[in-house]
Amino acid sequence: MASESIRLRASGAVARRQLVSRVSRYFFLAATVLGVSILVFLGYDTIVSGASRLSLDFLTNYPSRFAEKAGLRPAVYGTFWLMLITVFSSIPVAIGTAIWIEEFAPRNRVLTIVKINLANLAGVPSIIYGILGLTIFVRFYGMDRSLLAGGFTLALMIIPMTVITSQEAIRQVPPSLRDGALALGATRWQAVRHNVLPNAMPGIITGTILAISRAVGETAALIMIGGFTFIRFDPGPNLADFADPAGFWAGLQESFTIIPIQIYAWTIDSRREFQANASAGIIVLMTGVMALNLLAALIRERFRRN
Amino acid sequence: MRELMAEFRKSVTLPRPERPRRALTPDATAAESVQPRDPIRQPPGETVFRLQDVGLWYGTKHAISDISLDIPVNRVTALIGPSGCGKSSLLRCLNRMNDLIPTARVEGRVEYHGADIYDHSVDPVEVRRRIGMVFQKPNPFPKSIQDNVVFGAKVNGIEGDSGEIAEHALRQAALWDEVKNDLKMSGLDLSGGQQQRLCIARALAVQPDVILMDEPCSALDPIATLKIEDLIRELVKEYTIIIVTHNMQQAARVSDYTAFLLAQEHGLNGTLIEYGPTNEIFTQPREQRTEDYITGRFG
Repeated sequence: MASESIRLRASGAVARRQLVSRVSRYFFLAATVLGVSILVFLGYDTIVSGASRLSLDFLTNYPSRFAEKAGLRPAVYGTFWLMLITVFSSIPVAIGTAIWIEEFAPRNRVLTIVKINLANLAGVPSIIYGILGLTIFVRFYGMDRSLLAGGFTLALMIIPMTVITSQEAIRQVPPSLRDGALALGATRWQAVRHNVLPNAMPGIITGTILAISRAVGETAALIMIGGFTFIRFDPGPNLADFADPAGFWAGLQESFTIIPIQIYAWTIDSRREFQANASAGIIVLMTGVMALNLLAALIRERFRRN
Repeated sequence: MRELMAEFRKSVTLPRPERPRRALTPDATAAESVQPRDPIRQPPGETVFRLQDVGLWYGTKHAISDISLDIPVNRVTALIGPSGCGKSSLLRCLNRMNDLIPTARVEGRVEYHGADIYDHSVDPVEVRRRIGMVFQKPNPFPKSIQDNVVFGAKVNGIEGDSGEIAEHALRQAALWDEVKNDLKMSGLDLSGGQQQRLCIARALAVQPDVILMDEPCSALDPIATLKIEDLIRELVKEYTIIIVTHNMQQAARVSDYTAFLLAQEHGLNGTLIEYGPTNEIFTQPREQRTEDYITGRFG
């Protein structure tokens, strides 16, 4: 019997589909190259214009009328304390909310509304949070334009985001662990405390760090609150204040500035030489944000291996 | 098409036979007074659970209807039936695990040593620490073997040395010799069969009275299965065991009593078709459907 040879070369419809597939590949490659190259160019441009200003003095000097003497010192202190306040005031609320929603809340319409609102709140422009913070903390609670008011405002801003990522992390814990604990006579809280939270922790920590790295770069909300741009002291408690609660408290109520606001101020300065300061400030801020993201990745990897 | 099917079903559905009212007290005289051909034969002697007309709803979905069943003490009772017949749901009614499903609603009475476990005053945590459970898929906690075993005892405030609690429970679960040198190892690093025995040990450490097993061997190979079955026969000397199984041979091998459930019966979901001593169910079933199922004609 003569065997008919089978044609296995692409032809007809198969050839057309393959062509589309090959072309699409280049389209996606182009999209990636475009995005990445813009980023690389921005980074390169920033480094070129700011590198000359980078030095230890740049981090430890106060702002100045002279570009080459101006530094980030108050902004670095301000950013540090602001983040500390933000973290400590937002995390308990955010994780608590996530636990309530995922583990305790009755599954009803109210919960659905709460969830939808959280998702919406995470997308609200930050300046709105600034107005809210101005109204509530600065005016109503009379905190004035202080670190506390700023920290709480940023906390409000990142809470929805942190709640959502924490919820996600809690949902990733296999239900079999929860059921296993409950079937052994654990209470709901014991199951959460011993089985759900330890396993959700990497996700929660990662989500929190990413939220913080967003807050670090926040400008609009804090301009609204009144983060001063030209202050010649170190905002926040000094080393000596750690032994003195009253002094510590007073330190938290000092006015402040932060790195992004300082960058903004230098950018809009009409004098050309301040542009280099702005670029150098961006490098400092970017390094900080990247360090935070790296930390988040490391934590995630570490827990994944365990 | 759908109407046609409904018509067809109606035409083949037999009228529901009148079933004599069963005596709920399973003492000897009552047992004799029941008609000899009644497919539901409640066991004589002491019972742990007494189910009366138990029904279960998931929202508007009816999962179990009108199940009345007595579970004898220190015996293995097997729940068998095709997928979706409600046997796992029934098992989860017994330690109130269905409470965790927001839409679940239980009807009827589930008495545990005479107390209705669905009474308002009953705390599900009290129920669950007396009635342990082993799940279909081994679910050790991502902790060390020792911490796995001791977890239940710790959350229940059982006093004692962790090492002793762990050793005792692991010996009971016939796992001690295999893991005694690796108690710090993660429970997840054990084989599937060992994990399941770890879960049994974990349940035993809480000092329960009853152990519910939901297809405990379905994820295991035949050798691991055999070990669990031997263990069940050993444990039943001290505990009451209720096991859901897909495996007919397993029910025949390990159980003393067998309940056969079907998903659809007379328009009701999850009903008890036949119940009685395992050897009778498997050698001389009183219901044709039981015979069809255990001989593999359907399901």
